[in-house]
Amino acid sequence: MSSTQQNFAGCGDREGKMGIVKVRDLIYEYIRRDEEGNVEGITTAVDDVSLDIRQGEFVAVLGHNGSGKSTLAKHLNAILYPTEGTVWVDGKDTKDDAAVWDIRQTAGMVFQNPDNQIIGQVVEEDVGFGPENMGVPTKEIWERVEESLKAVGMYQYRKYSPNKLSGGQKQRVSIAGVIAMHPKCIVLDEPTAMLDPQGRREVIRAVRALNDVERITVILITHYMEEVIYADRVYVMDKGRIALQGTPREVFSEVEKLKELRLDVPQVTLLAHELRREGFPMPKGVLTDQEFLEALEHCVSAVM
Amino acid sequence: MLRDITLGQYYQAESVIHRLDPRVKLGTTVLFIISLFAFDGFWGYGVAALFLGIVIKLSKVPFKFMVKGMKSIVFLLSVTVIFNLFLTPGEPLVQIWKLSITREGVRLAVLLSIRLGFLIIGSSVMTLTTTPNQLTDGLERMLRPLNKMRVPVHEIAMMMSIALRFIPILMEETDKIMKAQLARCADFESGNLVRRAKSLVPLLVPLFISAFRRANDLAMAMEARCYRGGDHRTRMKPLHYEKRDYIAYLIVIGYLVAGVAAGKLIPVLLGGVVL
Amino acid sequence: MPIILDKVSHIYGEDTTMPVRALDNVSLVLPDGQFIGLIGHTGSGKSTLVQHLNGLMKATSGAIYFNGEDIDSDGFDRKMLRARVGLVFQYPEHQLFETDVFSDVCFGPKNLGLSKKEIDLRAYEALKLVGLEDDYFYQSPFDLSGGQKRRVAIAGVLAMKPDVLILDEPTAGLDPRGRDEILDQIARLKQETGITVVLVSHSMDDVAKYVDRIIVMNKGRVLYDDEPKEVFKRYRELEAVGLAAPQVTYIMKALREKGYDVSDEATTIGEAREEIKNYFARLVAARKERQGAEDA
Repeated sequence: MSSTQQNFAGCGDREGKMGIVKVRDLIYEYIRRDEEGNVEGITTAVDDVSLDIRQGEFVAVLGHNGSGKSTLAKHLNAILYPTEGTVWVDGKDTKDDAAVWDIRQTAGMVFQNPDNQIIGQVVEEDVGFGPENMGVPTKEIWERVEESLKAVGMYQYRKYSPNKLSGGQKQRVSIAGVIAMHPKCIVLDEPTAMLDPQGRREVIRAVRALNDVERITVILITHYMEEVIYADRVYVMDKGRIALQGTPREVFSEVEKLKELRLDVPQVTLLAHELRREGFPMPKGVLTDQEFLEALEHCVSAVM
Repeated sequence: MLRDITLGQYYQAESVIHRLDPRVKLGTTVLFIISLFAFDGFWGYGVAALFLGIVIKLSKVPFKFMVKGMKSIVFLLSVTVIFNLFLTPGEPLVQIWKLSITREGVRLAVLLSIRLGFLIIGSSVMTLTTTPNQLTDGLERMLRPLNKMRVPVHEIAMMMSIALRFIPILMEETDKIMKAQLARCADFESGNLVRRAKSLVPLLVPLFISAFRRANDLAMAMEARCYRGGDHRTRMKPLHYEKRDYIAYLIVIGYLVAGVAAGKLIPVLLGGVVL
Repeated sequence: MPIILDKVSHIYGEDTTMPVRALDNVSLVLPDGQFIGLIGHTGSGKSTLVQHLNGLMKATSGAIYFNGEDIDSDGFDRKMLRARVGLVFQYPEHQLFETDVFSDVCFGPKNLGLSKKEIDLRAYEALKLVGLEDDYFYQSPFDLSGGQKRRVAIAGVLAMKPDVLILDEPTAGLDPRGRDEILDQIARLKQETGITVVLVSHSMDDVAKYVDRIIVMNKGRVLYDDEPKEVFKRYRELEAVGLAAPQVTYIMKALREKGYDVSDEATTIGEAREEIKNYFARLVAARKERQGAEDA
């Protein structure tokens, strides 16, 4: 990923001290109440999380349902504010009321349910919604809508009603709606959880293209393992904390640990892992079929 | 099927009616409705029918889409027709037991069905040829003077627009929940009124929960996309009148004059034959 | 109670300009006690098909027989059919409405007009079958986790004691562990009750491990109907219709193409592991033999 690093070097941050997103000691608590409104207890959804994300990175956040990953994501867009700790987006503290709109523009957000985030009755009107809110001049809105729809491959559907689209197409429209705001960073909160495999592939392809071609920082929240193997870095969350982090290869080496965290690994990784346990000289963290085949070649030469 | 309701359902087509400024269409619809009550006699309605027919033809929307909207008011329509038919005093035509159908009753019943029918079809033409966004934009602009009286015009327009977007989604959802409860042997059809009302609980509770969840999600999605009310917004499709819009206004005025004239003049020309 | 479909077609919007043929001449036999996977991508007709099995949708043409009786004939008890053929919809937790879990599960049996005792008994058994602990019985279903809600909703259908249980995408939206737990639970209840289970899914990976028959739908037609390994042999054709064989199948094919003497019929991780282990055992044995021969 030399291009990514180049981009990072080029963003003028000489000391390298502040990436696009910086989270320090974030704690988020909410109070549970019973039906009469009495306090039942306090739930800590995010518990002492710190992370740094550099401009142009593709970062995945994995975790089972209820691990706190969505709560974390909502902090990056100033939808939720930390109970303790601080979140900076592009150098701005999300607690600063004056910066809220800048932050929401810098870190765009795509949510899980494709039906509940499309506002427009026509695809192009929906994509124009963000720029309209930002006060972008009319002519430029049209340019942005066109380029964003093209970036996710939905331009030919610009006159369609969102109700006529498949789930994957709707999510690509949602992504276009965010890109049209020209964010530096896009946070996707389980964008594929409600899609079929075809839709999932479409969305992930669009997201990867944004990262590769447009150099937009991507933070992908998911529980599908196949989607994170292209990430530069992976954080795994559990009980509001970061339980594991590293490159996909490093993270997927921890098969047992991932299973403990209610997660999974790709089938090929699992097969390699099981063979390894049987005494095969397999490396840890095999991610693709190709790697598996090569590893097995080595096993063959070892016994021959 | 619940999805058959056409009100608020945009029909995509390329036509001059589609391209008209929404304010023209809104204004025309209002004038058309007023005209239905202002015109007197059947010649006026003849002109209204002609006008409506031409607009439908120009809109390129299949006629059956307009008629679909009528289905929902058939009941209302038949009640009013029956009431008018029997309860209007005047010169009796037919006597059935103690009820009599009067000449005036027939006249009123026919007039009413025409008025209501044209009203529904006329507004359907507007909603079918105008995207809800354009419609709310148009309303917002037309009602802007009310802003000075502290009426939250933009917010109302936005609420309408969102309501329209979610109608088909909630319809589908209702369908789904209904089927799910039917699969658990729920019975929505038999029993007296109280039982039937009670049988709707398993349908309505999940539906409300879902609607609230969606509303919550949507509010969050809108905030995430920097929505903060109407003040700083620009427009992707700002409204400004084109030549065709002025022509349309002229045609509407022409229609009104023709309608009134037809109602007043033709009967006179025909020697005072009042239908 | 076998279900037989005889040339069933369903056309949406028959009287419109754009009729959609959602089911096209589908003939199937679902005998007692099978564990069936019904696979197809979105819009392949699989959801339409299952709604025909319990009479929620009516075939445009063709006939469906439940236990030998035509379900469209006059006097056929459709309410009974819905109880005997239990259908769990996608995201079934969205149908929950009662104030506590137990009452919600009682809804189905109550509609069948059973006695209070029988209703309670069935609800209890159903909740046990889906593996929900007693602690949750009197909680609000809305306070449960996603996986638990789904169990409650499945119990709501099981409480009617169906002979056939159809689950439409029972794992949608669950995390990997949640998915495995639900599928394992379904496999277990299949084993305990012996009822017919139809698992509707678009994921081959999910069903390969559990079912003994796979029906692949495409464009409203039955494309394949066979044992899993026979179906997965057609992986190229499956890809052409937007589906795929389990990833393991691809690995095994690739190995064979590279000249490894392994069977490419493995569809689960376990089978693949054993296959590879056996292959290496043969390699080692061959090497020993060779060495033995050289030594001699």
